[in-house]
Amino acid sequence: MRHDHLISAKQLSRGDIESVLDRAAEIAADPDTVAGAHAGTVLGLLFFEPSTRTRMSFDAAMKRLGGETIDMGSVDSSSVKKGESLADTVRVIEGYADALVLRHPSEGSAKLASEFVDVPVVNAGDGAGQHPTQTLLDLYTIRENAGLDDLSIGIVGDLKYGRTVHSLAHALTNFDAEQHFISPESLRLPRGVRYDLRSAGTTVREHTDIEDALGNLDVLYVTRIQRERFPDENEYRQVAGEYQVDSTLLESAGCDLTVMHPLPRVDEIAPDVDETDHATYFEQAHNGIPVRMALLDQIL
Amino acid sequence: MTDTELRVSKIENGTVIDHVPGGQALNVLAILGIDGAAGEVVSVGMNVPSDRLGQKDIVKIEGRELSQAEVDVLSLIAPEATINIVRAFDVIEKHHVTRPETVHGVLTCPNANCITTENEPVESRFDVLEDGVRCAYCGTILGESIATHIRST
Repeated sequence: MRHDHLISAKQLSRGDIESVLDRAAEIAADPDTVAGAHAGTVLGLLFFEPSTRTRMSFDAAMKRLGGETIDMGSVDSSSVKKGESLADTVRVIEGYADALVLRHPSEGSAKLASEFVDVPVVNAGDGAGQHPTQTLLDLYTIRENAGLDDLSIGIVGDLKYGRTVHSLAHALTNFDAEQHFISPESLRLPRGVRYDLRSAGTTVREHTDIEDALGNLDVLYVTRIQRERFPDENEYRQVAGEYQVDSTLLESAGCDLTVMHPLPRVDEIAPDVDETDHATYFEQAHNGIPVRMALLDQIL
Repeated sequence: MTDTELRVSKIENGTVIDHVPGGQALNVLAILGIDGAAGEVVSVGMNVPSDRLGQKDIVKIEGRELSQAEVDVLSLIAPEATINIVRAFDVIEKHHVTRPETVHGVLTCPNANCITTENEPVESRFDVLEDGVRCAYCGTILGESIATHIRST
């Protein structure tokens, strides 16, 4: 892959994806192949929203490549608190770093940032928009556990505000994947994502009950109902706790079902699933390191 | 000029936008960014009888010849509109609006969480689809209610 910026999974071709995943597999098998490959490189981390996995894995990935990171810190301790625009913030920090990793609560923020700087911008989540690097590690995990073609996947939970969902659905249009979307009526896929999927020739199969699709799935991708994205607390309460995947539910699933989750989880996957062979979400989170190393190796 | 067009006064030089769907004349002015502040003489006829549209609006802008690029954006709300360029009381050019690929700065994104609605130095940008427009930043599709998202001048 050779892109100036990684803003959306929509920009990724099958070749782009496979190139990153293949490189990630090489790195996972032998991390020494890239040790020190990017010595002297500085990666700027700009997280305007809380993050654990994405921030730390980008930090670790850059350091394992021999580079350094600089971190804007929390919004409260930065010039953003003084009212600085995002456009100004990124124009300043591009002078300090060779690439920027940006997480921001507003949709379209990464695209905007990319229009104001010359260094590569990697979207690490823009509101309820996109999260393409999560998708790359999701695809890596799916490829390792179930394969990316002849795949039947059920994506469940917050499909309206879930940026990992939007990016994954877009990326899977590159593969022979049957996509099932399971959510409450009020959290169905946004119009724009449905438009893109249909334009790509993907059938949007929608359900409100997990059981309707579960028996035929290779992968169940569970997402959290994200309280912080709801403009109205009442709207959140109406759907909170709508789905809970537990070992009893999984008795009606295929024995090879892979259960994934971008994490953090609240109560949508019961702890009793952790000990089953279905549970893949911690492996999924760990895959963030080789995948982000591969991505940075290609971008920088 | 027909009798219908004479319901509002003839202009000597400028642009006549005809065959605007009834009730959309003020939106046409809003899209064009014409609010009278620049001193243009603007005449508006609303809901006048029309063989083609049943009822139509007419907008006449004195002393200003609008370019094709300026008027093409009108296709979002007035796809049948015709543009007449008038000099010395004669129509010297007549053309239709065509759908542009993108529109800049004309609409506001309906997604309150879109970065373009914040205090950033960018104007809105929408890609034009077959049956609507789409924010180039957040991807929100605006279909039926385009007229309600015209930015205020």
